[in-house]
Amino acid sequence: MIFDLQWVQNNAGYLARLVGEHAVLAILPVIAAFLVAVPLGYLIFRTGRAAGAVLTVCGVVYAIPFLALFVAVPLLFGVDLLSPITVGIALTIYSVALLVATVVDGLRSVPTEVRQSATAAGYSPLGRLIRIELPLAMPKIFAGLRAVTVSNIALVSVAAVIGGGALGELFDEGLASRLYTPAIVGLALTILLAVLADVLIRIIQRGSLPWARKQQPA
Amino acid sequence: MNLFGYLQDPSTWYGPGQTLELLVQHLGYTAAAVGIAAVIGIPLGLLLGHTRRASWLVAALRNGTRALPALGLLVLVALALGSGFGAIWVVLTVVAFLVILAATATGVLDADREAVHSARALGLTEPQIATQVEWPLALPMVIAGLRNATVQVIAMVTVAAFVGGGGLGRLLVDGRASGNDAQMFAGVFLIAIVAIVAYLLLSLLVWRVARQARPGRTTVPSYAAAA
Repeated sequence: MIFDLQWVQNNAGYLARLVGEHAVLAILPVIAAFLVAVPLGYLIFRTGRAAGAVLTVCGVVYAIPFLALFVAVPLLFGVDLLSPITVGIALTIYSVALLVATVVDGLRSVPTEVRQSATAAGYSPLGRLIRIELPLAMPKIFAGLRAVTVSNIALVSVAAVIGGGALGELFDEGLASRLYTPAIVGLALTILLAVLADVLIRIIQRGSLPWARKQQPA
Repeated sequence: MNLFGYLQDPSTWYGPGQTLELLVQHLGYTAAAVGIAAVIGIPLGLLLGHTRRASWLVAALRNGTRALPALGLLVLVALALGSGFGAIWVVLTVVAFLVILAATATGVLDADREAVHSARALGLTEPQIATQVEWPLALPMVIAGLRNATVQVIAMVTVAAFVGGGGLGRLLVDGRASGNDAQMFAGVFLIAIVAIVAYLLLSLLVWRVARQARPGRTTVPSYAAAA
């Protein structure tokens, strides 16, 4: 039998726990990375000089396969390989690399005239950033947040290669017991979670940026 | 403990299933998948972009390909077809194909519309417009797609060791199983080097091509940027 519905019913509680764990492991790094990436992205944007170099470094970091980064974290930070913190740190590094590029890109998309008008109207640099530049950059930043959340949800499972990995555990189980059901359920729940997160962030975006509803990037 | 111990020991490099063979396997898997995916994906992407059909699909693929749980796909295919080279290669090729297809179509869709309209007004046929106007303008995006596919496939080959495939991921899985930290570190080190070198070389190519396609405007599509 390819799909065993009974197995799903018997393990409903376990599956719900895995989904919750998966969501937390994927989303906390996004929040942490957002708090780091906004000031860092603004600094890079303002100073200009280092932008090319920093963005290249971000690209290089993002190019490192997740599994390699994940295994490197205990060696660099001295945390236990099987601890959820390891996955968290690895995903945060990844998320920062992706979000910094997006924040810089978003801030660059603010027209110079708008920036100059804000200065002429008496905004301090910080006030201008918070009241004018960030809101205008947010559509791009939201696109980045969606991309990084969805990518994190896919990556958490990879930790199962070493042990753990929330919904990734189901892949481990499927492989060990040679059963399709856990693997199919794991795959379906991972994709479902990603779609759900994407929709949720779109809703938050619509709610928080009412003026940008008509020009949402695809 | 000396983390470089495993890499410095020549006896771990040569022989069946040893580091050098795993490295060659890793590169071989990647080349085989990206190569075939490019041969199919680039012409199809050009066609999709030129006819401006299914642009919703292209937009969905641009972000959606990063959402694919590589491990889950590999496990399912390994259960169905076994963990031989063929089964893993199919998964890698399909993912690379989708990335390259979406990038090529995006490049064509984003090609300067005025240039395309001018070419049509001058009497160029549709195949001529596609190959002589849209293709050169899309080329930086096409190469960026090849780069992104390569990077993603290198990462997926790493994971393939989990389902019994070869490649450098073996060092991580085997090192983990035998508690050999130096062997795991050797894996981390070599995988990172392979990915970074591939990324930088292909990025350089993207940059050179972009400079030729649009002299004076060298914005290079970054991998770490939301599409």
